[in-house]
Amino acid sequence: MFAYAVRRVLATIPVMAIVALFVFSLLYIAPGDPAAVIAGDQATPQDVERIRASLGLDRPFLVRFGEWVWNILNGNMGVSIFTNLPVTTMIQQRIEPTLSLMVLTLCLAVSIAVPMGVIAAWKQGSWIDRAVMGFAVLGFSVPVFVVGYVLAYIFALELDWLPVQGYTAFREGFFPWLENLILPAIALGGVYIALIARITRATMLEVLQQDYIRTARAKGAGQRSILFLHALKNAAVPIVTVIGIGVALLIGGAVVTESVFAIPGLGRLTVDAILRRDYPVIQGVVLLFSFVYVLVNLLIDLLYTLFDPRIRY
Amino acid sequence: MAEPLLVVENLQTHFRTPDGINRAVDGVSFHVNAGETVAIVGESGCGKSVTSMSILRLIPEPPGKIAGSIRFQGRDLLKLSEPEMRSIRGNEISMIFQEPMTSLNPVLTIGRQIGETLRLHQGLSAKQAEDKAVEMLTLVGIPEPRRRVREYPHQLSGGMRQRVMIAIALACNPKLLIADEPTTALDVTIQAQILALMRDLKRTVGAAIVLITHDLGVVAEVAERVVVMYAGKKVEEAPVVELFNTPRHPYTQGLLGSMPKLGSSLTGTETRLAEIPGLVPSLKQKIPGCVFASRCPHATDLCVKVAPALEEKAPGHVAACHYALKEGAIAA
Repeated sequence: MFAYAVRRVLATIPVMAIVALFVFSLLYIAPGDPAAVIAGDQATPQDVERIRASLGLDRPFLVRFGEWVWNILNGNMGVSIFTNLPVTTMIQQRIEPTLSLMVLTLCLAVSIAVPMGVIAAWKQGSWIDRAVMGFAVLGFSVPVFVVGYVLAYIFALELDWLPVQGYTAFREGFFPWLENLILPAIALGGVYIALIARITRATMLEVLQQDYIRTARAKGAGQRSILFLHALKNAAVPIVTVIGIGVALLIGGAVVTESVFAIPGLGRLTVDAILRRDYPVIQGVVLLFSFVYVLVNLLIDLLYTLFDPRIRY
Repeated sequence: MAEPLLVVENLQTHFRTPDGINRAVDGVSFHVNAGETVAIVGESGCGKSVTSMSILRLIPEPPGKIAGSIRFQGRDLLKLSEPEMRSIRGNEISMIFQEPMTSLNPVLTIGRQIGETLRLHQGLSAKQAEDKAVEMLTLVGIPEPRRRVREYPHQLSGGMRQRVMIAIALACNPKLLIADEPTTALDVTIQAQILALMRDLKRTVGAAIVLITHDLGVVAEVAERVVVMYAGKKVEEAPVVELFNTPRHPYTQGLLGSMPKLGSSLTGTETRLAEIPGLVPSLKQKIPGCVFASRCPHATDLCVKVAPALEEKAPGHVAACHYALKEGAIAA
């Protein structure tokens, strides 16, 4: 068990290194020259060259990469070309709304989707099952911004129950925080719920056919215990895997959701940075998102052992 | 005389399928006395497993439908509500299945799985249940029970797992134990051990056993009375010795004839094992005559047209065959 955990943690290091290399190369792959952008329209080629040298862009790739990684490990992600603020500061200012949105969406989605999938599998072929599957198709096919605007129109504009947009920090109270985030979380969670519910249903259907479920019935176990203990624990590995993979959906969706609901988070920061070709910020944000994704999936690898004692390789 | 522990009367378990009704069990009656071992034998697809699952109402309804009556200690199990039925399952009637490798939940500890019935039916705390689980493991002959209760099924061998299944089944001192092919999936030496264990435990616990099997060797070993099923019907029933000595139904004779005898290939003459030609007929159409007529070496026009009733051919020995009585053992 301990050896497994150590191995899994160590395995993330090369993954992160490759991600870092990829993120750093963005600067090379992406069109446009940051030095030219900074220099402005009036600059002479000499000016551009000078700025390039001052940014260190004229040195070899690997040297710059090494320096960049070393700085990041020391907590320095560079300075924004546009605002002249350290990238770490900019991220710190924006991280709370995004993290709030993602955590809330994750909790909401899992607590809705898993029971939905379980019940759909239990009542396979019934109207409940069909409703859940219908919802799943809808969740997959309607884009986040459509759901977002529809929800905002109904619950914020027409019914006036919730604020239309904006964000309230968590320290100002749980309910104001929740009030602002609930609509974005539902909008963002649609696809995620659909994905988790489908996988839960499919896995549960398979598990419910197993002999040990019959044994549980023969022991006199109740329906709830059969579904949520005997079956769900066996179905857990594929389900948590999808929950982990789905975090990528949340990251991508967060960018759109934050735009729709005017949430000052990392998603907005990313969009703005891309529009301004603010490479240090883009690199910082993408690296952070990748890191979160790798971390979540590491956590899930470790969770496997909790659900299935056979996974201890 | 008091009513037997279990009385199954005219049990009919039918399944609705896209192409008609499958009459898996069609009018089976038998009884089990307290402390008795009754074997139900027959080849694959004859309805013996469905019969056993019907007793505990483990058949999914729909598509299944169970009719008739199953009286256990005077109560008709088919009339009980689902919660009442749950309080009987694993408590007063418990069951052991054929596949020890897949019948235990792979993600729960052995102790938890044995303890579950005790916590459900006897309201034991987690700690008490674990202590009792250790006791049960000792009873079924698993070494180092203290360590084993914390282990998972994949850490045990097939024979050990079947012992765990038996421990689960007997944890609440059931009055009736249904064993559905308990030894089929095991090595021969392990089979013998498990059978011996079941026989010993039966003596100590005092439970009656319904043993479902196609292995007549096992029947001879442990059963007192035998019910022979064919195509969803009971075709013969007799005390075990009587059945082996004077089988009345041609199907039973066929089953006995297809049993390999130890050393028979060494006696020189290359004798081929007798077989019953053909397969169990599809149960989707009603068969007007005798269900065995299509494969019976003695079948006549009468057999094809008229279904024979179960008749008592000797004390305690019934068979459903038009000719069984006249010819006695038809030249077995």
